Amino acid sequence: MMRCKFIGIMALALVAATGSARAADRLVVGFSQIGSESGWRAAETKVAKMEAEKRGIELKISDAQQKEENQIKAVRSFIAQGVDAIFIAPVVATGWEAVLKEAKDAKIPVILLDRGIDVKDEGLYLTVVRSDAVYEGQVAGEWLAKAATGACNIVELQGTVGASVAIDRKKGFEKIVSETPRLKIVRTQSGDFTRAKGKEVMESFIKAENGGKTICAMYAHNDDMAIGGIQAIKAAGLKPGKDILVVSIDGVPDIFKAMADGEANASVELTPDMAGPAFDALLAFKANGTVPPKWIKTTTRLYQPDTAKAEYERRKDLY
Amino acid sequence: MTNSPMARPSSRQSVSSPAAEGASMRMSPEAAPLRAAPGFLKRGSGPVPGRRFLPQIGGLGLVLLADWLVSPQFFALRLQDGRLFGSVIDVLNRGAPVTLLSLGMTLVIATGGIDLSVGAVIAISGAVAASLVNGGLPVPLTIIAALSAGILCGAWNGLLISVLRIQPIVATLTLMVAGRGIAQLITEGVIVTFVNPSLSEIADGSWFYLPAPVMLVLGMLAVTLVLVRATALGLMIEAVGVNRRASELAGIGARSIIFLVYVWSGLCAAVAGLVLTADIKGADANNAGLWLELDAILAVVIGGTSLLGGRFSVVMAVLGAWIIQAMNTGILLSGFPPEFNLIVKSVVVLVILVVQSPVLGGLNPRSLFCGRGR
Repeated sequence: MMRCKFIGIMALALVAATGSARAADRLVVGFSQIGSESGWRAAETKVAKMEAEKRGIELKISDAQQKEENQIKAVRSFIAQGVDAIFIAPVVATGWEAVLKEAKDAKIPVILLDRGIDVKDEGLYLTVVRSDAVYEGQVAGEWLAKAATGACNIVELQGTVGASVAIDRKKGFEKIVSETPRLKIVRTQSGDFTRAKGKEVMESFIKAENGGKTICAMYAHNDDMAIGGIQAIKAAGLKPGKDILVVSIDGVPDIFKAMADGEANASVELTPDMAGPAFDALLAFKANGTVPPKWIKTTTRLYQPDTAKAEYERRKDLY
Repeated sequence: MTNSPMARPSSRQSVSSPAAEGASMRMSPEAAPLRAAPGFLKRGSGPVPGRRFLPQIGGLGLVLLADWLVSPQFFALRLQDGRLFGSVIDVLNRGAPVTLLSLGMTLVIATGGIDLSVGAVIAISGAVAASLVNGGLPVPLTIIAALSAGILCGAWNGLLISVLRIQPIVATLTLMVAGRGIAQLITEGVIVTFVNPSLSEIADGSWFYLPAPVMLVLGMLAVTLVLVRATALGLMIEAVGVNRRASELAGIGARSIIFLVYVWSGLCAAVAGLVLTADIKGADANNAGLWLELDAILAVVIGGTSLLGGRFSVVMAVLGAWIIQAMNTGILLSGFPPEFNLIVKSVVVLVILVVQSPVLGGLNPRSLFCGRGR
């Protein structure tokens, strides 16, 4: 955190020192953000601001409050202002053709963050920066395959039924489980990505599996459900992290706290830094026309209790 | 109507008013056992008073039977950290928020209204509690503040509906939408977590071996029953629900009655909000109580209260909430793929509602031809 602030201040100082002549050459990027529905989303916006400052880019953020029509309006206004590039974190996958064509006609490159869209002509956008949710599930599975010695009955807390992230995180995890005969998913249910539902579902899993004695690990599609599940494990008189291994995905600050307390074992981070790689691709494109790949995958890292305390401190102000 | 229950000596209403007659015609049968004091025994509400409740009791029985079939250990109980531990306890415990909501919702619906804002009020009261306790406020004051927030929301609804006469569905819809925004403002868009054992006690604690939320439900149920059945308040609510104008002409302060039921609903929602927040030790403004208003309305309807107002039964609404939760818990225990959750739930609800239908229920075939006759 301190380092980021320091770099930010340095960047500011640099901009101030080089004076107003450079200010005219500064890249201006318009960013249509979905909203601030979760801590992760808020962190994504904060990191985007920090990364822009670091590179001396002027970032104009427009909050769409979960509405596609607001995003389309914002993109049109960015085009009218003649920005150098437009970033969109699309709230839905469809309905983007017309407005993206307008941006293309105005020769403004568009980069998608965090989510993809359905368009016939992929040339309408420069690239999409997002994580690989299948791989995230796979990393969680690989960790568990190593951590669990001997046969292991797993219970799975799924995300909202039908959500693409939930489908992909399940797919990646199942791939590893099917390759490892020792592992077996005995129960799987949706916890709607929330703490309250995660707790309720885990409670019933414990009842259904002989008071939790036959459960060796809990895999949750996001950290919030895992935190609810941890509470359910504790209420049943078992030790989360020891009696039942806990692995989840996202890397929100509270799971690092749980890991530091020894109640969770691993979390796969979904990085909120989507804008950083997008800025790099944009700068390369502007400098010498380097066309980035159509999908820039963000790095997926697994965190364990050894670094939990430091990671919590680093993140707690971001989210 | 020679045996009119209006003839009770303590009743403050006018005996001869047509509205009161109408109300007594659709009086809740639940009142009968509760007020079975000498002098009131003659009041008839059918040959077997409990008969109208057969669909609910049978429904709960069937759902519990299904739970036991999918999960043989369903009724197993053991002591864990000084509190009973088992699936049945889970049903009561997890069902507590909806049960609390249904207590207020029943009275609101009995006046012919509806309260869509309760889910948002849950989020607000949770957000208030979590923020204040993190700010260092003592727990009793935090609880009072959270409950006051709920009362304030209810009063706001009541004002719009009783004084300004805005339609309940619209008036409460505004708070349903805005309320979540208010909660998000309070929490600044993040899940506000807290570490405070005394506040967590609301959900984690146990009294008489039962989880605290279950005891809260029983307590609030008792208070609600005393309010509506030991006083004339219940009759007045029914009268207003049947015909507001006629009840006003009969001397009932319909405006205050309507105002008060929304306040009560707000308070019940605030208690539910405290339970949910204490449960996850955090206030999740986006998800706390999301769609619970619909479950609460469903519980009331399963309990046999008509959305048109008039007749109501608080106890049956609680039973309705337990049916819903027994179903939810059963689905989780069953190991069905989650894609089936909503379908199973709606089929069971549909069956209970069809059984209750005056046409198919066969409880009173004459109602087919005689309209409102009892």
